[in-house]
Amino acid sequence: MSQTQPLVEVENLKMHFPIKGGVLGKKVGEVKAVDGVSFFIKKGETLGLVGESGCGKSTTGRMLLRLLEPTEGKIYFEGEDITKLSTNEMRKKRREMQMVFQDPFASLNPRHTVEKILEEPLIVHGVKDKAERKRRVKELLEVVGLSSWHAKRYPHQFSGGQRQRIGIARALAVNPKLIIADEPVSALDVSIQSQVLNLMQDLQKEFDLTYLFIAHDLGVVRHISDRVGVMYLGQIVELSDSEMLYDDPKHPYTQALLSAVPIPDVEHQKDRVILQGDVPSPSNPPAGCPFHTRCPAAMEHCGSVKPVLKEVDEGHYVACHLYE
Amino acid sequence: MGNPVLEVKNLKTSFLTEDDAIPAVDGVDFHINPGEVLGIVGESGCGKSVTSLSVMGLVPTPPGKIEGEILFKGENLASAPEKRMRQIRGNEIGMIFQEPMTSLNPVITIGDQLIESLRIHRKWSKKEAWKKAIEMLKLVGLPRAEELVKEYPHQLSGGMRQRVMIAMAMICDPKLLIADEPTTALDVTIQAQILDLMKRLNKETDTAIMMITHDLGVVAEMCERVVVMYAGKVVEEGDVKTIFQNPQHPYTIGLIKSVPDMREKVGRLYSIPGNVPKPGSIKTGCSFAPRCEHAGTRCISETPHLKTQEGSHQVRCWLYEEKGVNLHESDTAIG
Repeated sequence: MSQTQPLVEVENLKMHFPIKGGVLGKKVGEVKAVDGVSFFIKKGETLGLVGESGCGKSTTGRMLLRLLEPTEGKIYFEGEDITKLSTNEMRKKRREMQMVFQDPFASLNPRHTVEKILEEPLIVHGVKDKAERKRRVKELLEVVGLSSWHAKRYPHQFSGGQRQRIGIARALAVNPKLIIADEPVSALDVSIQSQVLNLMQDLQKEFDLTYLFIAHDLGVVRHISDRVGVMYLGQIVELSDSEMLYDDPKHPYTQALLSAVPIPDVEHQKDRVILQGDVPSPSNPPAGCPFHTRCPAAMEHCGSVKPVLKEVDEGHYVACHLYE
Repeated sequence: MGNPVLEVKNLKTSFLTEDDAIPAVDGVDFHINPGEVLGIVGESGCGKSVTSLSVMGLVPTPPGKIEGEILFKGENLASAPEKRMRQIRGNEIGMIFQEPMTSLNPVITIGDQLIESLRIHRKWSKKEAWKKAIEMLKLVGLPRAEELVKEYPHQLSGGMRQRVMIAMAMICDPKLLIADEPTTALDVTIQAQILDLMKRLNKETDTAIMMITHDLGVVAEMCERVVVMYAGKVVEEGDVKTIFQNPQHPYTIGLIKSVPDMREKVGRLYSIPGNVPKPGSIKTGCSFAPRCEHAGTRCISETPHLKTQEGSHQVRCWLYEEKGVNLHESDTAIG
């Protein structure tokens, strides 16, 4: 597997948002939303990105599509560095990479019919024949488990789960290779959530899709991902095969995160690691390891030396001084 | 056991529209014993929040209409005047809501918000109340309480705000705490802190908690008894062990199976087909029948009753009334 070229490769990606202040709007600081992230996604696999709010997982997803311009770093898509592409070239490139958003209520235009919503990416990407577009819309609706007569309806006439299906259909319209799904099921109820997750898995098999699945729900991420990266304060602290990560988490943050999830089973006994305090502000991140302020196993040099992501087991990367 | 703190009998909360009354809660019965943690679970639109608002008397009438009995320590709150409700709310019944930012007043300091209920209900002096406020903040595990009382809500993080909300709800030593999705807006590590705190307070102060949530994990962790709601009705009730290990109602079974388990990976998730019905759209029969794979003709024509299985386990399903089958054991192959 490792010989084949990954579909996406990200190198030292950074996103620093400026904080402007004063009368002249000068830059007075920076929010380091993503601060040096590297990973790759193989063709046909699902990479999950987990982390709590503000850890930079969504920003990473958006940078991959260049909806946000990265401050630094490289993104290779099929070997080509897309950070160098012009806006126009990038627009064409997005035919290969699409996004599914979290909020199915906010990401569909309420004044457009479903047909118009699904047609739009086709028009943008140059499907000129109208009949062909109509045929494709019908096909898409059926692929995601809706009916072709839904095409004439407006978004408000659908439930949350159905709207998310429309969002997925829109992403699929241009036959992309990569789909970046940013919290696609977190706004949905559990019974609907499982429908959408199953649909995403079916589509992946059918169309040979590659997913970057961003979510905060650890159960959902395990279910859908082949590999999982755990983010904390703009950095990936652990990255591994999903089985390995959940069965044998290495990083103290991953351990705490996994132990914090309430399990729907009354017999389940666990030693919970309750972290003290909150996530530090990304505008003023702690020196050294970003987690050392809350880490139960912090050592002296954790506060000064920043750990790097290292392979501790085959395919299991951890950024922690405990494993050096 | 003693008398229940809260007993809800045949509660019906409906909302009047121009041509119809939409029943959001449709005949709900349950009770909470002193010191107990009762979980109310269900998906959006099942009526769990409206149930809690009805108990608190926070449903505006009209358009709302409340029928049935809500007995709090034997007193019927459903017919109590607003003046009496004001004496109870925040004093004998505390509340915590989902979004701590919107439930705190942004222009009043934490301390002034905390002492308000003591000043109103207990007529404490400002000095005494202030001291109690600091004590409460320490009790809910907030650092530097003396300075915090002088700060404003926006200066705190989400988890800290929720702790302030809990301190505020608990300051008058309520007999009952209603927590409506208290951890939904929080991250898992912060959620773990808050759940831990609520469990500790429940043990220390013996306050009964009515925990409204959609998260089955939170229920398994916190609650002693569980009420499962669907489309405005209680479909199953029992102690937490029974509900998770021997669920009987097809909806409960489906709901538990739909949650992806973090501990092991399954190939395909079970999913309940279809969507939650619009309130009031199902007039006859079991409201779950259109989505239920066991539904028969009777399920569509007649509404099932909540029937006691064994002990305190109650199920609203015709399958048990007719044959007494055990779905959970006999048909584990539902998924």
